[in-house]
Amino acid sequence: MDRVSVAPTEIERTEPAAEGFAVVEPDVPWVTIVHNDPVNLMSYVTYVFQTYFGYSKDKAHKLMLDVHHKGRAIVSSGTREEMERDVQAMHGFGLWATLSQDRN
Amino acid sequence: MSGHFEALPGGGAAVPLDEVEISILRSLAVQLLELIGPGDEPPVGEDPLAGLFREGPSEPPSDPALARLFPNAYADDDEELRAASAEFRRFTETDLRDRKRGDVLAVVRSLDALGAAGEGVAVLKLTADDSRHWLGALNDLRLTIGTRLEIADDEESDRLYRLPDSDPRKPMVMAYLWLGALQETLVETLM
Repeated sequence: MDRVSVAPTEIERTEPAAEGFAVVEPDVPWVTIVHNDPVNLMSYVTYVFQTYFGYSKDKAHKLMLDVHHKGRAIVSSGTREEMERDVQAMHGFGLWATLSQDRN
Repeated sequence: MSGHFEALPGGGAAVPLDEVEISILRSLAVQLLELIGPGDEPPVGEDPLAGLFREGPSEPPSDPALARLFPNAYADDDEELRAASAEFRRFTETDLRDRKRGDVLAVVRSLDALGAAGEGVAVLKLTADDSRHWLGALNDLRLTIGTRLEIADDEESDRLYRLPDSDPRKPMVMAYLWLGALQETLVETLM
C-alpha cells in the first residue's frame, strides 16, 4: 500500500528500528514519551515496543525499564506528524504517551 | 481462577475457563463496552461516507477511567499545548474508541461461542488475531479497574494485594489480579 500512497515525502518516516532514538536531528525535534503507570505489565510494555516500533527484545526491555524506574522514557523521535502517529498508536495499546518538542 | 494461557502449536493461545470465569469475563467486557460507548452510526439518510470525516470530541472525558483510556497527547503545560491536545483528540478519539470497542467485542464473541459448547470447564482457543484483540481488551479492563481502585503507584497496588477479605474492594482486586495473570500469560504466548 505504501507504494501507491500519495502522501508527501516529508511525512514518510525513516525506519525507527535502524536509528538511535536518543540522537535527535536538529530538523526533527519531536519525541514520543511513554510515562510510567502502575497498571501496565512490564512484559506487555516490552511487547508493545517490540511489536509497534520493531525494536529488538533487548532494546524494548531496556526502554521498558527506563519507563518503570525513571518514570518516563523517549521511545521514538521524528517529525511532529510521525510522533502524533506514534502517540496515537501507544494510546491504542493503552500506554500513557505524549509527544513534545525536544529542546535539548 | 487459576487458568492461564498457553501457546498453541502453529499460533494462537488457549486457556481453560469454568462457567463462573466465563460469566465474570463477559460481564466485565460488557461493562467496558458500555463505558466506551456506542459507535458513531451515521444518522438515517446521511451519506455513510460523511462519517469518515466526522470529528470527535475536543475535551478529555470527565470519567477518570475513560480519561485514562483516552489521554491527552500533549503535556498540559500551557494554552498552546492544550489546544494541540484538543485538536489531536478531535481527529483521533473516534478511531481509538472504534479500536477499543473492536477488541472488547472480539472478547464477547469468543466467550459467547464458547458458552454454546457445553457446561463445566471449557477450553477457549484463540487465533493469533483474536489473541491480540484479547490482549488489548484485557489491558483496557485492567486500566479501567485500576482507575476505579485508584491505583496510583506501585505501593498502592502492594497495599491492595493485602486487603482483608472483609474489605468491599476485595472482589474487584481479585478480578484485577486474575485479569493480570491472564494478560501476563497471553503476552508470553505472543513474544
